[in-house]
Amino acid sequence: MDIQTAVFYFLSAILIFASLRVITARNPIHAALHLILAFFTCGGIWALLQAEFLAIALILVYVGAVMVLFLFVVMMLDINIDKIRQGFWNYLPLGALVGMLMVMEMGLVLGSKYFQVAAADAMVPAGVSNTKEIGALMFSEYVYPFELASIVLLVGMIAAIVLTYRGPKKSKYTNPNQQVFVKAKDRMRVLQMPVEKD
Amino acid sequence: MFDNFVVPNLLPAAPEMFLAVMALAILMIDLTVKDSRRTVTFALTQLTLIGCAAIQFATSTGEITYTFSNMFVDDLMADLLKLFLYMTVLMVLFYSRGYIIDREPMNKGEYYVLALFATLGMMVMISANHFVTIYIGLELLSLSLYAMVAMNRDSVVSSEAAMKYFVLGALASGLLLYGMSMIYGATGTLEITAIAERLYSGGVNKTVLVFGLVFLVGGLAFKLGVVPFHMWIPDVYHGAPTSVTLFISTAPKLAAFAIVMRLLVNGLITMAADWQSMLIILSVLSMAIGNLAAIAQTNLKRMLAYSAISHMGFMLLGIVTGVVGGDARYALNAYSSAMFYVIAYVLMSAGTFGMMLLMARAGFEAEEINDYKGLNKRSPWFAGIMLMLMFSMAGVPFFIGFFAKFSVLQAVVAAGYMWLAIVAVLFSLIGAFYYLRLVKVMYFDQPEDESPLTAPMDVRILISANGLAVALLGIFPQVIMSLCAYALLRSL
Repeated sequence: MDIQTAVFYFLSAILIFASLRVITARNPIHAALHLILAFFTCGGIWALLQAEFLAIALILVYVGAVMVLFLFVVMMLDINIDKIRQGFWNYLPLGALVGMLMVMEMGLVLGSKYFQVAAADAMVPAGVSNTKEIGALMFSEYVYPFELASIVLLVGMIAAIVLTYRGPKKSKYTNPNQQVFVKAKDRMRVLQMPVEKD
Repeated sequence: MFDNFVVPNLLPAAPEMFLAVMALAILMIDLTVKDSRRTVTFALTQLTLIGCAAIQFATSTGEITYTFSNMFVDDLMADLLKLFLYMTVLMVLFYSRGYIIDREPMNKGEYYVLALFATLGMMVMISANHFVTIYIGLELLSLSLYAMVAMNRDSVVSSEAAMKYFVLGALASGLLLYGMSMIYGATGTLEITAIAERLYSGGVNKTVLVFGLVFLVGGLAFKLGVVPFHMWIPDVYHGAPTSVTLFISTAPKLAAFAIVMRLLVNGLITMAADWQSMLIILSVLSMAIGNLAAIAQTNLKRMLAYSAISHMGFMLLGIVTGVVGGDARYALNAYSSAMFYVIAYVLMSAGTFGMMLLMARAGFEAEEINDYKGLNKRSPWFAGIMLMLMFSMAGVPFFIGFFAKFSVLQAVVAAGYMWLAIVAVLFSLIGAFYYLRLVKVMYFDQPEDESPLTAPMDVRILISANGLAVALLGIFPQVIMSLCAYALLRSL
């Protein structure tokens, strides 16, 4: 066994262990931390396949941003995990069936002749950095969709702000000086409203 | 590595760039607008659209031009559709203005900015020559629309509609992407013209291709809103604020037509026999379910939603009959009839929803059919306009809707699908019932509210022009028909 295969099996073992812990850990924080471990190991496997850009992106995006947010949510919401776990055994047969079907389908897809890549095609020649290649493509051939994608993100941002922002909230405090000088007519207003038809 | 970089020809995409820059500028300028009617924002938005149209005119060469490594195509079809798009959005925003001023949560500069970004998304779709650009354009459009539907955020119905639209829209995008990935797997390219070449030269695995095609047609059918992917239409039309319904029911139809043309006709024309049989099923089902379900509606927005489903089904007939058994003699005729149909539908739909906006006021939506009782006594002129729009939608002769149906039927008969033409006519006859019911309600029922309609002068003039256009273009349908035919002749 050469060193690459050994590293692959080592990382895979950690990945499988971490993924299992994600679904078996009782403490949601432990589950989230194991998911981070799973992402790291997955990044390692990608690096082994010479896809260093994907490895870096996975760790930066998922570990750096998504999982941190996720941890915040888990810590802020008081989720009662034991309550969620009720009925685990009831759902197990159906879940297991769906899981088996998915494994079989994946096997069929990966085993079919349309999705085979010769090992020689998968090798990246020496001296080629795929981060550089992706960067060059992104700013030359794919510059148009790349710029548009930035506008899509901007629209997402505008939409989120429009739908949630309700103007600045001023803190409420009492001013004793004004309270002393208040008059009855300051407290009550008579409004004239137009009649609205429903 | 960077030695062979060539700056792409930016000229064909000038309107897109102008619109994007202006939308960003308006977003910033709106922060300084103090006026609660947002006159500056509104005027700038409309000027942007007019500017886009001017740039489109100035840069149009009439030739098929590819740029951005063949991801962007500019041809006469794109130019014509984009010009209609600017006109439609311009009209839509004019009609919507009074409505959104009356409704506080929507009365924001972002409403106009989102409308502009949606327009940008549609322009990208119309000019797309690459799966990635089609998808990004579609997402830009959809994302802006989801936000616009939800913008009246204190309304439960609107939020529900936005949620449904979002979830189902994401599902449809998934279908479309899955189909695209299959076709990529079979042909090895994402570029539409290159796919057409690969398919023409043969040697492509047919099973994977047809498998992908099914998903592709499913995704497109969702975006067009045809049966069985129509579930979202009535709920979204009903739940969305009427001004947004007006927007959804008009401009995106032009873009959806464009991507159907790009994907199916430009890209997969060698597979025509396969996708035509799928489209025939979608089309017949849409005409049946759309027209029958519309009869049962009491809410005008829902009724028009089902009517939109049936109209899109009818339009598909034009696309179905382009190539029959490898014979492309009637292709130009068929595709231009479909294009004419879409343009005519957009014009009629804009007018009808525009009338609903004209009737609505603060706290009153005018979306039930009963709200139109005795409209003739309240305002004979606007009742007349609505009458023309309804007659045109029903396909009564000498309105534009009649010639739209007529030219599609002509193409269907020429292609030899006699039974399809008969089915289409039968369902159109059934459809006439619910359009005429509205006319009956307007002319023969007693009004509950005698007060005459009030609306600002510019909206009155615009809606009158819209109604008269439906009538006049019905007398001179050749104006638009020949434009469509010429544009497609130079583009296909």
